[in-house]
Amino acid sequence: MDWREDGVLLAVRRHGESAAIIEVFTESHGRHAGVVRGGAGRRLGPVLQPGAQLDLAWRARLEDQLGSFTVEPLRSRAGALMGAPLGLAGLSSVCALLAHALPERAAYPALYHESRTLLDLIPATDAWPLAYLRWEVALLSTMGFALDLTRCAVAGASDGLAYVSPRTGRAVSTQGARGYEDKLLPLPPCLLGEGDATNAEIATGLRVTGHFLHREIGPQRPGQPFPPARQRLLDRLARSAG
Amino acid sequence: MTTGPDRSIEDLIALMARLPGLGPRSARRAVLHLMRSRGQLMGPLAEAMGDVARSVRDCVTCGNVTTADECAICTDPRRATGLICVVEDVGDLWAMERSGAFGGRYHVLGGTLSALDDVGPEDLGLPRLADRVARDGVTEVILALNATVDGMTTAHYISDMLAGRVTVSSLAQGVPVGGELDYLDDGTIGAAFRARRGI
Repeated sequence: MDWREDGVLLAVRRHGESAAIIEVFTESHGRHAGVVRGGAGRRLGPVLQPGAQLDLAWRARLEDQLGSFTVEPLRSRAGALMGAPLGLAGLSSVCALLAHALPERAAYPALYHESRTLLDLIPATDAWPLAYLRWEVALLSTMGFALDLTRCAVAGASDGLAYVSPRTGRAVSTQGARGYEDKLLPLPPCLLGEGDATNAEIATGLRVTGHFLHREIGPQRPGQPFPPARQRLLDRLARSAG
Repeated sequence: MTTGPDRSIEDLIALMARLPGLGPRSARRAVLHLMRSRGQLMGPLAEAMGDVARSVRDCVTCGNVTTADECAICTDPRRATGLICVVEDVGDLWAMERSGAFGGRYHVLGGTLSALDDVGPEDLGLPRLADRVARDGVTEVILALNATVDGMTTAHYISDMLAGRVTVSSLAQGVPVGGELDYLDDGTIGAAFRARRGI
C-alpha cells in the first residue's frame, strides 16, 4: 500500500527517541497519520512544524496500518509567523481545528483547498481574519452543519438580520427577535458579507461559529478537549480590537 | 531450551533498555560491563543513583532539578537577580549554562502551551513566574524558548502576560554558527533575513 501527494502538516508528536508521528491533511486522503523516521531529529525537526506544506510518500504493508511517511519540505509557513503573534495564533487554530474535527482518512477536497488558501493568506496579508471566519463557516458546513443566514427564521424577511438562533443556526431579524434578544447570538454584518469587518466584528462572528463548533464537533470527540488554540486566537483578536 | 541471565539481571537489563540511547542489545552490553567492574563502577553508580533518587526534587523557585529546596543557581549570590531567563526544560537550562553566556537566574516551564496536548498556562507555572517578577525586582525576562510553533506561541503568551511590568526579550533567530545557507530550511533563512543587522 502506498501513495504520494502533497499536504499540510497539522500536528507532530514525538515517537521514541528520534521518530515522530505526524498528522497531515491531503486532498485525496483527508486527515492521515503516519510515522516519520528521524522526524524528531535535527534535520527534519525544523521542517515538521504545523502548517508546513510537505511532499508526502506514505507506505504500509496493509491499508489499515499506521504506516510511515517520507517527507520533503515544499513550503514552511510557521517560519514567517514566528514574530507575528496573531498570525501564529491563526495558523495554530487552523491546524488544531482540522486535527480535532476531521475524521481520519476521509477526503474533503474543497475544505483542503480552502484551508491551503487560508494558510497562504495568513503570512501574506493583515486581512486574513475575515478569511479565517469564512473558513470556520466552511468547516462547519463540511462537518454537516451549515449556517442559514439568508433569511429570518421567524419572519422570513431577508433584511434587518441581526441574530443567529443558537439552536438551529438560522438568522433572525431584529423584528423577529423582539423579546428574545438575550437568548440569541449577535450576528455581525461581516458574516453576511457586509460592512468593514473590523477585528471586533470578526471576534463576534467567531463566537457564533465557536458555539456551533463546540456543539457539533465536541460530542463526536468524547474525552478530547476542544483545541485551546482557537480560544487563544479569539482572545488575541478581541484584544487587538481594543 | 535456552537459559539466560538470572531474573534480577534480566530486570536490570529491561530497565536500562528504557533509557534514552539504549535498546535491548546495548542495555545488555552495558549491564555486562557494569557487572564486570562491580567494585569500580557498579557499586558507586548504584550508591549515587540511590542518593539522588532519595533527594532529587524541583527547585521551589525556578523549577530546576536539585537535591535541596533551592538549586545552586538560585542560591548563588554572584548571579544577577534582576534577570530571568525562561527555558522550556532542564536540558535547555543546562545548554544555556554550558554556553556561559548568561549570568542571571532561570525559570523552567517544564513544557510549552500545546494545542494538541491541552497544556495550559497553569500547567506551566506561569502564575509563579509572574509572582517572581513582581516580588524579586526583576528588570528583564529573556525568553529562551524553542523556535517552534508551540515554543513561540508560549513566548507570545508570556510576553503579553508581563507587558508593561518588565522588559521582555527573546533570543535571536537565524543562521547557526558553522551553518551553510544551502542546507538551511526556508523558515530559518526568512527569519535570519528579517533579523539582519548592520556590520
